[in-house]
Amino acid sequence: MSSDAKNTAIFTVKAQRLRRRVWLLKLVIHCAALLPLLAIYSLAFADQLGADPVKAVMHFTGIGGFNLLLLTLTVTPLAKTFRAGYLLKVRRLLGLYSFSYGLCHVLSFLAFEVQFDWRLFVAEIIDRPYITIGMTAFTILLALAITSVSALQNKLGKNWQKLHNFVYVAALLIAWHFYWSVKSNIVEPLIYLLMVLVLLSLRKQKISRWLR
Amino acid sequence: QRHDLAYQQAADTQQVLTPEAKIISHNNFYEFGTSKSDPMDNSQTFKVNPWQLSISGAVDKPYVLDYDQLFRQFPLEERIYRLRCVEAWSMVIPWLGFPLAQLIKKAAPTSRAKFVAFETLYDPKQMPGQASRRIGGGIDYPYREGLRIDEAMHPLTFLAVGLYGKTLPPQNGAPIRLVVPWKYGFKSIKSIVGIKLVERQPPTTWNMLAAHEYGFYANVNPEVDHPRWSQASERRLTTGGLLARNRIATLPFNGYGEEVAKLYKNMDLRKYF
Repeated sequence: MSSDAKNTAIFTVKAQRLRRRVWLLKLVIHCAALLPLLAIYSLAFADQLGADPVKAVMHFTGIGGFNLLLLTLTVTPLAKTFRAGYLLKVRRLLGLYSFSYGLCHVLSFLAFEVQFDWRLFVAEIIDRPYITIGMTAFTILLALAITSVSALQNKLGKNWQKLHNFVYVAALLIAWHFYWSVKSNIVEPLIYLLMVLVLLSLRKQKISRWLR
Repeated sequence: QRHDLAYQQAADTQQVLTPEAKIISHNNFYEFGTSKSDPMDNSQTFKVNPWQLSISGAVDKPYVLDYDQLFRQFPLEERIYRLRCVEAWSMVIPWLGFPLAQLIKKAAPTSRAKFVAFETLYDPKQMPGQASRRIGGGIDYPYREGLRIDEAMHPLTFLAVGLYGKTLPPQNGAPIRLVVPWKYGFKSIKSIVGIKLVERQPPTTWNMLAAHEYGFYANVNPEVDHPRWSQASERRLTTGGLLARNRIATLPFNGYGEEVAKLYKNMDLRKYF
């Protein structure tokens, strides 16, 4: 075998190994994100989730979506630090799961919390600053989810990145939404805010370029 | 740990009761943690016997009740009350206990008794929320509440020592707690050790923590929203899961207006919320 052919063979084996790794990682993400969501909703429908299944579902989807967003934002720094470029291939999936949790959060608020009282739904979004902020963040995530399809990504070109930088704004808004939604225990929201700030500080240069 | 109590049954009120399992697992009792399930999880070794409840202040005959006397000093009756939490959920609970007025009268209050101040047990060894600000939600303990004397003497104002036929579980405020059904739930202070008749409006816990969100009076009022959510409606927790259509309109004074509105005749309830 020539050395070129040998290199190609090694490369193919490596590529295969990475593809399998990405495939496995995606499988883990699907299981870890989807199964708990299904479990929570089936327990809640069956009234097996404590005294107030509505609140339980709201908290689970809210915190779960925030966790997934933070995880999404961790992918790039991780990939850079460990020179593991293949990690970037699961970023979109994580982001879409974060959005899906957010969607469940908003739909559960509409269907189970205000129970399709549309006037109350709209009034709450307008009158309650923490819900206004939450809805703003959700709108950003919605725009990012829609434009995450490859076709739109190519079409938007340079603007795509600009648009998707708004994920940083969304993360800050969600931390704020969390902070404002609790009655007195601000420790947990502050820890989340700190995590967001750390993740943003890792992108200091990029963000300052973007803001300029 | 809970034992049966003898009591006079309430007349049927036609209200759908919240199941006991929900009443004892969904509690705001920050002394045991801030999530709804924390109090049940963290209070099961809480010691309620021996207990001492002192009645003091502007009274001629101050006295102390020990654990057994809490159940024997006054005849126990059942009261089925709606409990409306300031967080916009509500329950219907069959309490056992006696009117607060009976306890106060026995102490012979003087003319200086204008308000009643209540205090929860302070025991950081038993109450992890008091030992750690993180667990206890940043509240300055002991938890304190207060009523105007006419509110305290109102026949609806109740001291509960049990629910659903048995003594209270710790998470619901054992061995003795206040129940003021026309006010938001946080007024109904749990695990009381001190009741003091005083001349001036006493400081109260949630009001000290966030005065613009929680007033001293805290009467249930659909027209005065919490700054961060609407109080116009509530979700009644009974049975049924996610699909339960349990959102109902909140009534002024939690539906007890006929009995208590007169206490606030000339007051601006937007100012004194």
